[in-house]
Amino acid sequence: MKVNFTLNNEQKSLEVGADTPLLWVLRDELNLTGTKYGCGKAQCGACTIHLNGNATRSCILPVSAVNGANITTIEGVKSPAADALLEAWKKHDVPQCGFCQSGQIMSAVNLLTRNPAPSDEEIDASMSGNLCRCATYTRIKSAIKDASNTLGEKA
Amino acid sequence: MIGQSFFSQNVNPSTSEGISRRRFLKLSGGLLVALQLPLSKLAFASSDGVANEHANSPNAFIEISSDNTVTVMIKHLEMGQGAFTGLAVLAAEELDADWQQMRAKHAPANTALYKNLNFGIQGVGGSTGLSNSYDQMRQAGAACKAMIIGAAAQKWGISKDLISVTRGIVSRLDTEDTLTFGELAEDAASQTPPSEIKLKAPSEFVLIGTKVPKLDTAEKSSGAAVFTQDIQLENMRYAVVAHPPQFGAKVASFDDTEAKAVNGVIDIQAIPSGIAVIAKNTHAAIKGKNALKINWDSSGAEKRSSTQLMNEYLATTKNIGKIATSSGDVDNALKAADETHEFFFEFPFLAHTPMETLDAVIQINNDDSVEVWMGSQLQTVDQGVVASVTGVDPSKVTLNTMISGGSFGRRAQPDSGFAAEAAHIAKTQPKGIPVKLMWTREDDVQGGRYRPLTVHRFEGALNDNGDISAWDHTIATQSIVAGSPFAGMIQNGIDPTSIEGAQEPCYDLSDFRLSLHTMQNKVPVLWWRSVGHTHTAYAVEVMMDYLLEKGGKDPYKGRMALMPEHPRDQGVLKAAYELSQKDKPAKDSARGIAVHRSFGSYVAQVAEVTKDSNGLPKVSKVWCAVDCGLAVNPDIVKAQMEGGIGFGLSSIFHEELSLNEGGEIAQTNFDSYQLLRIQEMPKVETIIVQTEFPPTGVGEPGLPPIGPAVANAWRRLTGQMVTRLPMIPEVKRMNMDA
Repeated sequence: MKVNFTLNNEQKSLEVGADTPLLWVLRDELNLTGTKYGCGKAQCGACTIHLNGNATRSCILPVSAVNGANITTIEGVKSPAADALLEAWKKHDVPQCGFCQSGQIMSAVNLLTRNPAPSDEEIDASMSGNLCRCATYTRIKSAIKDASNTLGEKA
Repeated sequence: MIGQSFFSQNVNPSTSEGISRRRFLKLSGGLLVALQLPLSKLAFASSDGVANEHANSPNAFIEISSDNTVTVMIKHLEMGQGAFTGLAVLAAEELDADWQQMRAKHAPANTALYKNLNFGIQGVGGSTGLSNSYDQMRQAGAACKAMIIGAAAQKWGISKDLISVTRGIVSRLDTEDTLTFGELAEDAASQTPPSEIKLKAPSEFVLIGTKVPKLDTAEKSSGAAVFTQDIQLENMRYAVVAHPPQFGAKVASFDDTEAKAVNGVIDIQAIPSGIAVIAKNTHAAIKGKNALKINWDSSGAEKRSSTQLMNEYLATTKNIGKIATSSGDVDNALKAADETHEFFFEFPFLAHTPMETLDAVIQINNDDSVEVWMGSQLQTVDQGVVASVTGVDPSKVTLNTMISGGSFGRRAQPDSGFAAEAAHIAKTQPKGIPVKLMWTREDDVQGGRYRPLTVHRFEGALNDNGDISAWDHTIATQSIVAGSPFAGMIQNGIDPTSIEGAQEPCYDLSDFRLSLHTMQNKVPVLWWRSVGHTHTAYAVEVMMDYLLEKGGKDPYKGRMALMPEHPRDQGVLKAAYELSQKDKPAKDSARGIAVHRSFGSYVAQVAEVTKDSNGLPKVSKVWCAVDCGLAVNPDIVKAQMEGGIGFGLSSIFHEELSLNEGGEIAQTNFDSYQLLRIQEMPKVETIIVQTEFPPTGVGEPGLPPIGPAVANAWRRLTGQMVTRLPMIPEVKRMNMDA
């Protein structure tokens, strides 16, 4: 089918199988490989993108469902929260293998955009869908708190 | 992931190696680089003289470009353990480079140049990456610096003694003039490398032992880092494989009519490991695979359930196995004892489940040369197996090592089964066409090569002082290395990876026996982060804690008293205990302690555990002490302790790979093979115990103590002795029975 959507602020128009998960359209058709395949069942969060501003697992999202939607991937995410998070990720040297980190950042941006000063429990609740096999969880949490402080200072 | 005890016989005492002049090639355009050396023919030539000739040559490891960046060629897979930063800092230290100018990239597969000095082949495991490179990378840095100074001396027409290098700036001592490495790169390339290298004393280190920012953090945070999964080449085809549902089953027949009708499917091929679907994109390949109708021949398959296997192992451990270690007279000591305590510990199969599933890109060119891109822990083996499957000399196989989304041993396959699968598929496709093979998560969970299912039986005795008077320990497990090219590790019928960590505990126990039953089944097993220590540390430290408690001893002081001759074990135990004492206990909590030595490093942990509203354990905090000799990158050491604790806790709490009746695998994906999530991760505080020893590994040693520390805390909190893992379902069962 013909699908039209906005991707990282650019209009896209593609001819693609309606049942193709957005993940594979991004990766195989559009060469945006920052969004990862980890499980294909919305269990690990490595494929997290923003669909109309909401963190969404792209591995189970058929492309037919995004017609007319606004999609942001790790390559295009840009906001005060995203900037603060990337800075904090560097400061804490969060990644080990790094494979899940695009998804972690996308979920964290989603959290801080809605709730710039989350509690530990709110961080847990928001980030629990994102697996990290290297278990960088303590640093993810520290970095989110740091970014939250940065946003608070600027506010 | 490869037990270093075996490989240590191959250790190359590299400290005194100088650099031969013949090893150096003069190239224009900067101080270059192994890639351009005509060495590919030497791949696999690990035992000939050429290998040593090129070892430590600065041009094999360091590339300085005219833009003043310094790129270190990293011979080992970067899989999250920090190889890029860890090895680069060694070279940068002796080069006196500025950390900002440092870069890292994988070295090509070339056994002669890039072998692990502990193994003799190119590869990493057993937490040896940094330790085997410690002298080599510093020597490369020092040689490179000498050549830069030589070039500057020529350029300025002055003596080398009048030149100093600090943070990447080359300065004249007699004037204010300075030059950068980039400005000297080309001239430095024509310098003769020094015949003698003097390395810095540790007191002179500027970068080693400090926190330097990791080289790959930015690109791993922004989605820019390129993993194998991310390689997209022109005309590339995408392959997935339908694998048998039982271990040892084979394809009897298949009908691919519907699969071929899937839009985007190009080809379907039977290969030794299953049925490969080759398509225009990943989605089509997966859809095609799901549309296959396959009849499996399960006549040769493993049909026993894991419960059956466990029961067989349990029965087997009632008898003494092959003796691994024996001292004193255990049988008499048991008979003479006032009280004895017997426990059976049950450990399930575990899957590695790295976040990036196994994948590779492979292309057979028109001239029959082969190019492969993959995360490889054992480059020499993967390169050799691809060569053998495609029928070319290993020198015709270019293996590009890609960063991998975890591995934990999974990408260190002694038989290179995965690389072989990729090569078999490539052979069926037209030459010049790249093929990306990707395993789905289901392939990964069900793909075998697990941490072996294992049973430990203990009988411990106490005398009337409450001292341990006998320690009888029997293990039943599969051999990881039997039947593989690493089978030479088996000595006197004992696979060291089956018993490591139980054979030489840090405790002085006079009447001590350890024996092993090597079990057989068709489930393929593999080294899984910290290997045998995953189960031996749990069994030994939980048993020890129980006996100390029964004997009326304090878990900390009791342990200290049993290890008078083990200062490094005592050092970490004391440090972890004292660190934990700084924090007041949480409400309604208990603490447990464990200490374990693995891969040359010493780690002790104290875990604080509470009971959640469902009656299940929750770990609030872990205090960790590590002695890994010189801590080259203290922050990476801490990160690896945090990661080891999280990885270990994940397995102890949740992970179990099981076979149903008939041998079919019960778990498929992360919904059934559950991993630790962020809300379960405890706070971790790590202290590095400084000692004068050379650096030892940290990728694995953080893992073994966490399980027993948590189990010991839980028993002290609730009285429940957990001897069957994983812990969460086991505690649920215990609570229901209670």
